Amino acid sequence: MVSLIEEQGQKAQRETRGETSFFTRLKSSKLLTTLFRDPRHFQITALSTLVMMGTFYYAFGLQLWHVLACVGSTVGTQFVGDKITGRKFDARSPMISALSLTLLLRTGSIWLSLAAGIIAIGSKYAVRWRGKHIFNPANVALVILALLFDSAWVSPGQWGAAPWLAIALFGLGGIVTKKASRWDVSLAFLASYAALIFGRAVWLGDPFAIPVHQMQSGALLIFAFFMISDPKTTPNARVGRILYAALVATIGFTIQFAFYKSAGVIIALVLTAPLVPFFDYFFPASRYYWPNQTPPRVTPDLKPKGVSHDTVQA
Amino acid sequence: MILSKLKLALAGGVALSMLAVAAPASAFCGFYVAKADTDLFNESSKVAIVRDGDRTVITMANDYEGDPTEFAMVIPVPTVITKNQVHVSDVSLLDHLDAYTAPRLVEYHDSNPCAPEIMEDEIMVTARRQAPVLAMSKNMESAADLGVTIEETFTVGEYDILVLSARESSGLQTWLTTNGYKIPNGADRVLDSYIKQDMKFFVAKVNLDEKAKAGGEMLRPIAVAFESPKFMLPIRLGTVNSKGSQDLFVYALTRNGRVETTNYRTTKIPTDVNLPEFVEGDFANVYPAMFSKAIDREGGSGVVMEYAWDMNWCDPCAADPLSVAQLKELGAFWVGGSGDDMQRGRGGKGMARDVYVTRLHVRYDAESFPEDLKFQATGNRENFQARYVMQKAFDGSMECKAANRYKKEVNKRQDKEIATLANLTGWDKSDIREKIKVSGVGMKFDVDGPSGDNWWSEMWGDKDE
Repeated sequence: MVSLIEEQGQKAQRETRGETSFFTRLKSSKLLTTLFRDPRHFQITALSTLVMMGTFYYAFGLQLWHVLACVGSTVGTQFVGDKITGRKFDARSPMISALSLTLLLRTGSIWLSLAAGIIAIGSKYAVRWRGKHIFNPANVALVILALLFDSAWVSPGQWGAAPWLAIALFGLGGIVTKKASRWDVSLAFLASYAALIFGRAVWLGDPFAIPVHQMQSGALLIFAFFMISDPKTTPNARVGRILYAALVATIGFTIQFAFYKSAGVIIALVLTAPLVPFFDYFFPASRYYWPNQTPPRVTPDLKPKGVSHDTVQA
Repeated sequence: MILSKLKLALAGGVALSMLAVAAPASAFCGFYVAKADTDLFNESSKVAIVRDGDRTVITMANDYEGDPTEFAMVIPVPTVITKNQVHVSDVSLLDHLDAYTAPRLVEYHDSNPCAPEIMEDEIMVTARRQAPVLAMSKNMESAADLGVTIEETFTVGEYDILVLSARESSGLQTWLTTNGYKIPNGADRVLDSYIKQDMKFFVAKVNLDEKAKAGGEMLRPIAVAFESPKFMLPIRLGTVNSKGSQDLFVYALTRNGRVETTNYRTTKIPTDVNLPEFVEGDFANVYPAMFSKAIDREGGSGVVMEYAWDMNWCDPCAADPLSVAQLKELGAFWVGGSGDDMQRGRGGKGMARDVYVTRLHVRYDAESFPEDLKFQATGNRENFQARYVMQKAFDGSMECKAANRYKKEVNKRQDKEIATLANLTGWDKSDIREKIKVSGVGMKFDVDGPSGDNWWSEMWGDKDE
């Protein structure tokens, strides 16, 4: 017993030493800079917070197997995909897709959770146009599964419409999208959607409490800040992005209020994604790269100057 | 003057807001103090919705017990409804559905701690809640051309029914008013909104001759079948001018699984907890308090799931699952077989009834529920029930060493149950103790002596003895 305690003590010491050396090597400020340089880290942190809230505060009944299946299948698919295409494996993007799926996809079948991850990441490799993938990975998986299987669905009501949550999402989402320089998409989407919702209320003579309630929908805000804002699948130029966001809002609104499908905006994003290359064609700008990516030699008409997106925005 | 007694003739959500005409004398704010099988929730309505694809059958319970001439309701519906789409159903049907899905109490009995094995046996005690749906009414007069079109007019069972469409709310309002419906201030805006959304208005009143022929005291439930992509219940008319909150029970039957609201959060009632023994005799107070507390945590209004289960069985059963014939009567057109040959009883799996029932208890008011309820059917087939456990202590004579320890454990357990109840109902612990004292059940044991205080003295005994 004593030897066991000693052994554990040594192990703990080793671990501590290991950590200290890592910290000393990196210096804490530098560590933070490294951590927060990449917008994906913000996104992963924010989405994880939402998953925690869903589990502990909202009691969604998130199953561990669902979380693990989503993470496993997305990261696994990315690994295989990167191997085949000869790219350097990076688990961060698939983690974001996995967390989005965890948050939005509801299913009672582990096979569908696994399928979701494979479809999501698989679409990045399979459906591409000029070196850019077309569909938002989590989004396309959600829509395909929800359309094909009764046992997969999206629960737009699960977040309710609490004002405090709306404010929190604005804050959290604001930071994340600012970091990824895609706040313009989120805001343009919300503004367009709000214009339509309030316009409808005026036309119907409804009290504003109704559109306000609709705009506070947690699911809508999560979509605006964590799904449509994906820098990789939105148009490259700001004008393009704003017009695109308005289009998604309009189609989503139509699906919701003329076809009575509650997940209107999610379907709208899939439907409009194939149009993004047109937006890029009419409003050319350099493409978005994650901070650790080196912009490769790309097609001549889209000359990136080897910049991160922050430079493009400037 | 009958008209003056009509508070409001508009029913918002399907039955939801068939409003009270003349409030029953016993009604008061808060809850009825009632035995388990009488109505626990004041001013509430019951609606069963069967939904498969776009096919929808809505059955509205009618607990109206006043003068039938005063009964009337106006309900926005998504399509024009013809005579064959309306059906007058059996009074007991929704009561049965209500009982089957009701929150339930379960008892367990400790056996003699001095006997070798502790066996537990489970006895079901149930409490059911029903909701009075009150409505108001008035005879109709001749139709006026105010931009109001009478799309259909027919009599089904004891009801005279009109289906109206309108071009604008003022015409509709004038028409309704001249025909004896007292429309509350502010309703015109809501009517206008429904008209623009292309909703029709289903207006029902009691046909006294038919009522006399049909006999019986109660008005029977009205079922309406239609096809529409809109899966919703209109509640807005019922909240116009209504002070305070209203309760609505929605029993949703689908083929696939649970039904949830898409524009409000559906929460679950706390369940599977042990409560003090006296609750058995006081469930009629305990459950409403628990529900209110759960709703308070959501800000005073909300959609709460109380039951979600495969209609083929139940465990424990508060009532038998509905028969195939009853399900068909409710509108579950897809249910196979014409007979009523399913097996009944606890946990009995009988002939497959491909029906999944969700019971949602909605407490809403105008402020927190500005929008009509919108639903979706999901593929979630995970069963859920509101179930509360009473673990009854052994009350025979106990003559052994283990008895002392057992009694202490029971006392400790009772403290925990009191804490749970206090937490779930918001009641004061001292009040709960008082209730226990008054009820005389689940009292603490008098324990004396240090014997059996610790597990080691259980093992080796007290050295002092």
